[in-house]
Amino acid sequence: MQAVINQYQEIICTAAENKTPLHIHGGNTKQFYGNATSVQCTTPVDATVYCGIVDYDPAELVVTARAGTRLSELEAALEQQGQMLAFEPPYFGVLATLGGCIATGLSGPRRATAGSVRDFVLGVRMLNGKGEDLHFGGRVMKNVAGYDVSRLMVGALGTLGLLLEISFKVLPKPAAEMTFCMSINEKAAIDKMNRWAGQSLPISATCYRNNTLFFRISGVESAVKATRLKLGGEELQGEEGALFWRSIREQTDRFFQIDKNKNLWRLSIASSTAPLSLFGDQLIEWNGGLRWLVCDSEDDGQLIYRVAENAGGHATLFRSHSVSNGVFHPLSPTILKIHRALKEKFDPAGILNPGRFYSEL
Amino acid sequence: MLREQLILALQAILPTESVLYGDEDIRPYECDGLSAYKQLPQVVVLPHTEAQIIQVLQLCHATQTPVVARGAGTGLSGGALPHTAGVLLSLAKLNQIRSIDPLARLAYVQPGVRNLAISEAAKPYGLYYAPDPSSQIACSIGGNVAENSGGVHCLKYGLTVHNILKLRVLTITGEVLEIGGESLDSAGYDLLALMTGSEGMLGIVTEIVVKLIPLPQKAQLVMSSFDDVHKAAQAVADVIGAGIIPAGMEMMDKITIHAVEEFLHIGYDLNAAAILLCESDGNVEEVADEIACIQRIMKLSGATRISTSQNDLDRLSFWAGRKAAFPAAGRVSPDYYCMDGTIPRKRLAEVLQGIEKLSQEYGLRCMNVFHAGDGNLHPLILYDANQPGELEKTEEFGSRILEMCIHAGGTITGEHGVGIEKINQMCMQFGNAELAMFHAVKAAFDPLGLLNPGKAIPTLHRCAELGAMHVHQGTADKFSYLPRF
Repeated sequence: MQAVINQYQEIICTAAENKTPLHIHGGNTKQFYGNATSVQCTTPVDATVYCGIVDYDPAELVVTARAGTRLSELEAALEQQGQMLAFEPPYFGVLATLGGCIATGLSGPRRATAGSVRDFVLGVRMLNGKGEDLHFGGRVMKNVAGYDVSRLMVGALGTLGLLLEISFKVLPKPAAEMTFCMSINEKAAIDKMNRWAGQSLPISATCYRNNTLFFRISGVESAVKATRLKLGGEELQGEEGALFWRSIREQTDRFFQIDKNKNLWRLSIASSTAPLSLFGDQLIEWNGGLRWLVCDSEDDGQLIYRVAENAGGHATLFRSHSVSNGVFHPLSPTILKIHRALKEKFDPAGILNPGRFYSEL
Repeated sequence: MLREQLILALQAILPTESVLYGDEDIRPYECDGLSAYKQLPQVVVLPHTEAQIIQVLQLCHATQTPVVARGAGTGLSGGALPHTAGVLLSLAKLNQIRSIDPLARLAYVQPGVRNLAISEAAKPYGLYYAPDPSSQIACSIGGNVAENSGGVHCLKYGLTVHNILKLRVLTITGEVLEIGGESLDSAGYDLLALMTGSEGMLGIVTEIVVKLIPLPQKAQLVMSSFDDVHKAAQAVADVIGAGIIPAGMEMMDKITIHAVEEFLHIGYDLNAAAILLCESDGNVEEVADEIACIQRIMKLSGATRISTSQNDLDRLSFWAGRKAAFPAAGRVSPDYYCMDGTIPRKRLAEVLQGIEKLSQEYGLRCMNVFHAGDGNLHPLILYDANQPGELEKTEEFGSRILEMCIHAGGTITGEHGVGIEKINQMCMQFGNAELAMFHAVKAAFDPLGLLNPGKAIPTLHRCAELGAMHVHQGTADKFSYLPRF
């Protein structure tokens, strides 16, 4: 496997010398995410070649795997030991890799209670834009030596380095899980989700759409049963519950199937924010902290950014049929300055996925 | 800039009482919780507002004067040690809890607010702030952000980085950075993670939005004795292997058990080679289920005695001994030297054995207390500084423990921070390329290197000589009234 790293280093060094941009990719399942970059003049770097689980001891709750490892392989290995990736990463395709999961930094339904992908990252091995082989963080839960560069890589869309190996924390799967639904209006649902989140209840996911609130209870059998009596609602039988959450996580639910003239926006905001007055259909997750919006592609993106900002958060143009740029929430000038400085330090030649995240990076 | 000029310039910005420069006035700021390192700054400032801090930073930037930020000064690695040519910037006066939003479960606080004060203010809403470093009655939330503080409960509830959402940060030029949001994630690079644990090297935090979580309905504790440390270590692995994430899991070895029992007389099992404390919290059903499971595992792991707390009074008395481990060390030995390495849990027994071997080799006793759940070791080497050569021997012993932690796949510091104290060991843990990247990260925020210079990241040519927390006659930690565990 060292030979693969050597090859990567050679590619990066050559690119840095010639100032030719590289397009780092894994399974290409999240290629839609981020700014459209012109692929013609870039050299592809296939990050799936460096793959495989390096170290996994269930009692340790820590896995180290190479970035090219498929998420499906990883989750299968955890499943065998009754453990899981608690942030429930979306795959968006069978070829999804761990590297892509980290680089996009996306988390699924369990995120509001269990934490996000960045919360679980403990360490990385990576190549920066100079081809240097670097190790940050480690394989232990508590580590305050040096700046937290590992978590800086999460969601950076490969603009700061090529991920090689990632160590992260895993959690035991809950013994029992049940999903329920109830009819309720949007305002009341947002209020309910937030009130529940303020109590010691084993709720592991919430979703609201079409006047229906879905919620999942996870934990030991006795706790799940007791909570069920307390909260009420109608149970989703058999596999229905699991299938429902998968359809939300993977965006196979029909809400996410957008027509040619529609855009899908993701608004991450303060969870208690009242229903948003934006035109279009909405779906709510994370106790109200995540609002998905399907609206006309003609609609004003600036307005959506403003609404998200006023609600203490930010918006992303998540999916669109047209080639789009500037999909991520505009950064303030002071924050952008820091971003550019960091990019310059990690990738002085500006060759790693340029433009995919922000045009300046 | 001449000292007199600097003082005059600061007095033009701040009220007279906010600028301290007399020897007796600045003496209390000469060190933090680690008093082995002491030095006086040029001047100490205690601004009340962010606007004042901006002006102070602009002045320092213009005059290239180093700035060291300080919260409550309870840190254990000398991170807030003043710079002799610089300004010591105390954030103690920014001590307001601005607001609490019980529905969104957020608290808006200034950096000088005490950690415990947040939980106290949130309690009427059935909420609390989870990270609970042992110094929580005194330490400030700003300091917690700077150190990425943990606590006894961090295996289940995470560190500071997992429990904050937003920071308002000033750069050395006085520019405002709004990092994060009231949302669970934010746009751009994860600067929130980068700032957390950056030891005052990147910016000055002036406001923090922290997450609040519901108070557990119940907490219960199982205390188990083992006749063999290895069995106790295996029991830790078995609890995790059974799918339980304990709220807290702590281990003490024989010498520690005897030291605390002599001190507190709480009825610890003096025949035990190791005692394991395992706490469960959450809703009533969950706790009942987990406690039954933990008891079963302890029995199967060969525990010689198992006691379960029947009420909170019980639970707190079981904890008392563990929490008194540091003061107990101070009672059984004239001096002790505390390490803060972290290792993968599976290497616990092996590293313990290694420490025991080293203990015999150096002829020095070593008490071992662990945050066993997360592999964070606090070996306390007992020695007498009045015996010629014993301190040097102790430092070497400590250095070899940290070396062992790195070799076991761990780290030199789990929660105390690098500061000035472990700056040399950073060379042991990281290569030159990584250290150069750390310097580059700092330069992206602070190109002139004026914020807390000389801390946390060693220069490349600095030698890798080892050092660790040095406690002399119980005086090194000047917050001797604080529990340390």
